Amino acid sequence: MNKNHYRYVLRLGDNALILGQRMTEWCGHSPFLEEDIAMANCALDHIGRARLLLSYAGEIEGEGRSEDDLAFIRSDREFENFLLCELPIGDYAFTMARQYLLDTYHYHLFTGLISSTDVTLSAIAHKAIKETTYHMNRSRDWVLRLGDGTEESHGRIQIALERMWNYTDELFEVDSVDVEMAAEAIAPDPELLQSRWQADITATLKKATLVVPEKKWSLSGGRDGLHTEAMGYLLSEMQYLQRAYPGLSW
Amino acid sequence: MTNSTEMSASKSQILALLTQVCDPEIPALSIMDLGILRDVLCHRKHLEVIITPTYCGCPAMKTIEFDVIRVLDTAGYKNVKVTTQLAPPWTTDWISEHGRTKLLEEGIAPPLERKDGLGRGIACPRCASHDVSLVSVFGSTSCKSLYRCDSCLEPFDYFKCH
Repeated sequence: MNKNHYRYVLRLGDNALILGQRMTEWCGHSPFLEEDIAMANCALDHIGRARLLLSYAGEIEGEGRSEDDLAFIRSDREFENFLLCELPIGDYAFTMARQYLLDTYHYHLFTGLISSTDVTLSAIAHKAIKETTYHMNRSRDWVLRLGDGTEESHGRIQIALERMWNYTDELFEVDSVDVEMAAEAIAPDPELLQSRWQADITATLKKATLVVPEKKWSLSGGRDGLHTEAMGYLLSEMQYLQRAYPGLSW
Repeated sequence: MTNSTEMSASKSQILALLTQVCDPEIPALSIMDLGILRDVLCHRKHLEVIITPTYCGCPAMKTIEFDVIRVLDTAGYKNVKVTTQLAPPWTTDWISEHGRTKLLEEGIAPPLERKDGLGRGIACPRCASHDVSLVSVFGSTSCKSLYRCDSCLEPFDYFKCH
């Protein structure tokens, strides 16, 4: 088993799973009905993607772990998602600003992964890119609507962006896993990814009359299993059933 | 080892049986109509049915897999494997003409044909008016958007181009 290959795919799956889990917290609580449905719809796409990616990661690992084993039995130290994915949902401005940053990231990532030398990742990317395009259009609309909105909405989304900005460097950090994956053309060039993401975000924030926050320091560690306090609460809820009744199935 | 005539007879029998496997959300539509069924392979000791998922998170796929096995088991085919194929990715272009008609009958506006040069646009499944408004890109399922007809004032689902 190529450990770096396993970790690369696992990270993609963990990002989808943890972000999807956060999105589902709005189910029944969104500002209005159509948006509740839209959020649940997009969350489902993320969970679906997580299933495909975690199943694949389990295959690469070759120890018989299924998508369910990986989602529900691992401890926080074994999850390799970005910290940005696990942050609590906050208000709708926080949720949609975070969503936009990650949807744009995933849009460029999957565009790059379509030409991955890993045939399975390429196939998953082919499917995911269609859905991610819808997600990005929706979250971009929300950033524009809230930013170029009322004084209250503008204030809330600006604060939200300030709060999450220090977590964005992690999206483009390069470690030994990334170096090997890029060398084998399994993963797209991380520098290219960053410049495209930066260009899109800057353009949208400007159009939304928002200020691109100044980065004061960087927070990372998610990809090495070092998570925020929020992750513990998230996993307690998400993994409750399997932890309470191990091996339970439908 | 069966000869190729026997095998192709088997394959057409299998395909006929599989017309009974329908989309659990829209029971009038079979997996053939939707382009979800990609191929049937008659191996020496087992049958392989190849399907492709529509959207990544589509919850109907598991039900469809069970139904394929159930329908074939009832007809006496006990060794059936269902394989999910991701590439090439499913597209609404694979929905048959019959499928599109069925969707309309069910009150769902079918996806616009991408190669449609006439630019006919989306029509209300009830009154056929083109005077429609988008309520939400994200409808009740991953594959649908919510529209409202501004002529008869009824809401309807639109099967998104994918």
